[in-house]
Amino acid sequence: MTSFNLGLAQIKTRLGDVRANLDKHLAYIDEAARQGVDVLVFPELSLTGYVLQDLVPTVAHRPTAEDPVFAELLAASKARDMDLVVGFVDEDARSRFFIAAAYVSRGEVVHVHHKVYLPTYTMFHDGRFFAWGDSVRAFDTRFGRFGVLICEDFWHVSAPYLLWLDGADVMLFSNASPGRGLSDEPRPDTARWVEHVLQAYASLFTTFVAHTNKAGYEDGFNFWGGSAVFDPDGLMLAQAPYFDEALTVSRLDLNQLHRTRYSLPLLRDERHALVAREIARITAGAAGARDKGQ
Amino acid sequence: MTDPLNINTDLARRLLVGFLQEEITRVGITRAVIGLSGGIDSALSCFLAAEALGPKNVLAVRMPYRTSAPESLADAQKVIDQLGVQHLTVDITEMAEPLLQRFPEMSNVRRGNIMARTRMIVLYDQSSAFGGLVVGTSNKTEIMLGYSTLFGDSACALNPLGDLYKTQIRQLSRAMGVPASILDKAPSADLWPGQTDEKEMGLTYEGVDRLLYLLVDQRYKPEECIEAGFEAGFVNMVVERIRRNHFKRIMPPIAKVSRRTVGYDFLYLRDWGT
Repeated sequence: MTSFNLGLAQIKTRLGDVRANLDKHLAYIDEAARQGVDVLVFPELSLTGYVLQDLVPTVAHRPTAEDPVFAELLAASKARDMDLVVGFVDEDARSRFFIAAAYVSRGEVVHVHHKVYLPTYTMFHDGRFFAWGDSVRAFDTRFGRFGVLICEDFWHVSAPYLLWLDGADVMLFSNASPGRGLSDEPRPDTARWVEHVLQAYASLFTTFVAHTNKAGYEDGFNFWGGSAVFDPDGLMLAQAPYFDEALTVSRLDLNQLHRTRYSLPLLRDERHALVAREIARITAGAAGARDKGQ
Repeated sequence: MTDPLNINTDLARRLLVGFLQEEITRVGITRAVIGLSGGIDSALSCFLAAEALGPKNVLAVRMPYRTSAPESLADAQKVIDQLGVQHLTVDITEMAEPLLQRFPEMSNVRRGNIMARTRMIVLYDQSSAFGGLVVGTSNKTEIMLGYSTLFGDSACALNPLGDLYKTQIRQLSRAMGVPASILDKAPSADLWPGQTDEKEMGLTYEGVDRLLYLLVDQRYKPEECIEAGFEAGFVNMVVERIRRNHFKRIMPPIAKVSRRTVGYDFLYLRDWGT
């Protein structure tokens, strides 16, 4: 498979109404199928809405065929022959709640990522309501080796760096990013920051980076949309409109990976054993103890 | 270097119109009610609501008191005519007068509070009659300084302007076509003849917005604001005003006795389920 069609489903959600959000997912899957999409990525917590607070335990689901919500998503992925990334609240067997994203393909759950960085500052309260995920793993798909991160995960360079070393050639970021910072610029300050970061990762890791953000409002928060895809040269392949709901489709030519990486062999030359040694030294020393190394 | 208080008015308009449109209609309502004073804040709220919902879905209510400046009524009429919104005039003199006369010695502040709260009663009654949500008109400068009447002019269902400083309100109002006579006049609560905001608070919006931007948005310490060139007495006055008026910005604290209490650990957005 040397290329595939990636769809970014930049949707609004109903806060805490999983049934309504599932119906919207199914409608977007239908439309994406008409447009020949192979992989469709929804935003963070796309089945529930973002600012859940005390709704968390009432909207949790398990990413299994027995779960009624996932049963419908799995069936849709099979019927449409489309891979999906969906955002949900995952409750584990011991009732810990995670912000999660599931990669679903042909009726199977291939991978589940739990958000590893929970922002708990300014307008964010993730760490109050959710448990911390504790792994960052790439995984194989029929289109190549992918990685999934959620929102704050990719504000820490270590998370995409780990995906890169673990073999991810396509990084899929799902997000619920509230716009903030109004200046004389035509886009919110947040959009500028996120777009810089995405472009930097695509360039430095010579990989595809796709970002699906939410649209719409939750109380006074606006979610600015602007979902985008960057190629291994750091070029923007496609971008959804700011603020509005949209399905944005672009074709990812995976041959770009070898073209870029031959002329810019950052991956070949990356010295991760050196990194591992230095991290081990730092973690063992005073700085590591100070930073707890959680 | 660009002025940090300058805003992209196209973006602000997009954000605030979208906010009103989505946050009103998602609760199953299509209409809005706004108290139109003739001042810049309520004019801007009315422009935004008319764009969000359509002018026929907006009811602008003028609520003069017998001492209100006639220009206020005329300026409000300009907004009504320009937008084509629905409108109603309810003179509050007859409502407020019995209470005002019962306590003839009362201060201007008490009198002003009674007028503001009387207008709130009219607006919320029209909210029910018209089937529209009351759209707020308080800006960030007055919210920070506490220059408002609790349960009076600050009462609303949702507020599109509360994160814009007064100087930013002026930029957006100009861009949206608010009438020039409203843009150019000195801001006033018009609670007694000759009153202006700046005279009453002893400051200028231009100056205080720059200070508030550093204190609030940029998290400067007061001493850093003084180092940045603001006069120490002014900085201390503003810092104290912000602190002293915080009670107007929060819901009344509930005495916690149970295991789960509204405001502390019973936490949901207004948009719950919508």
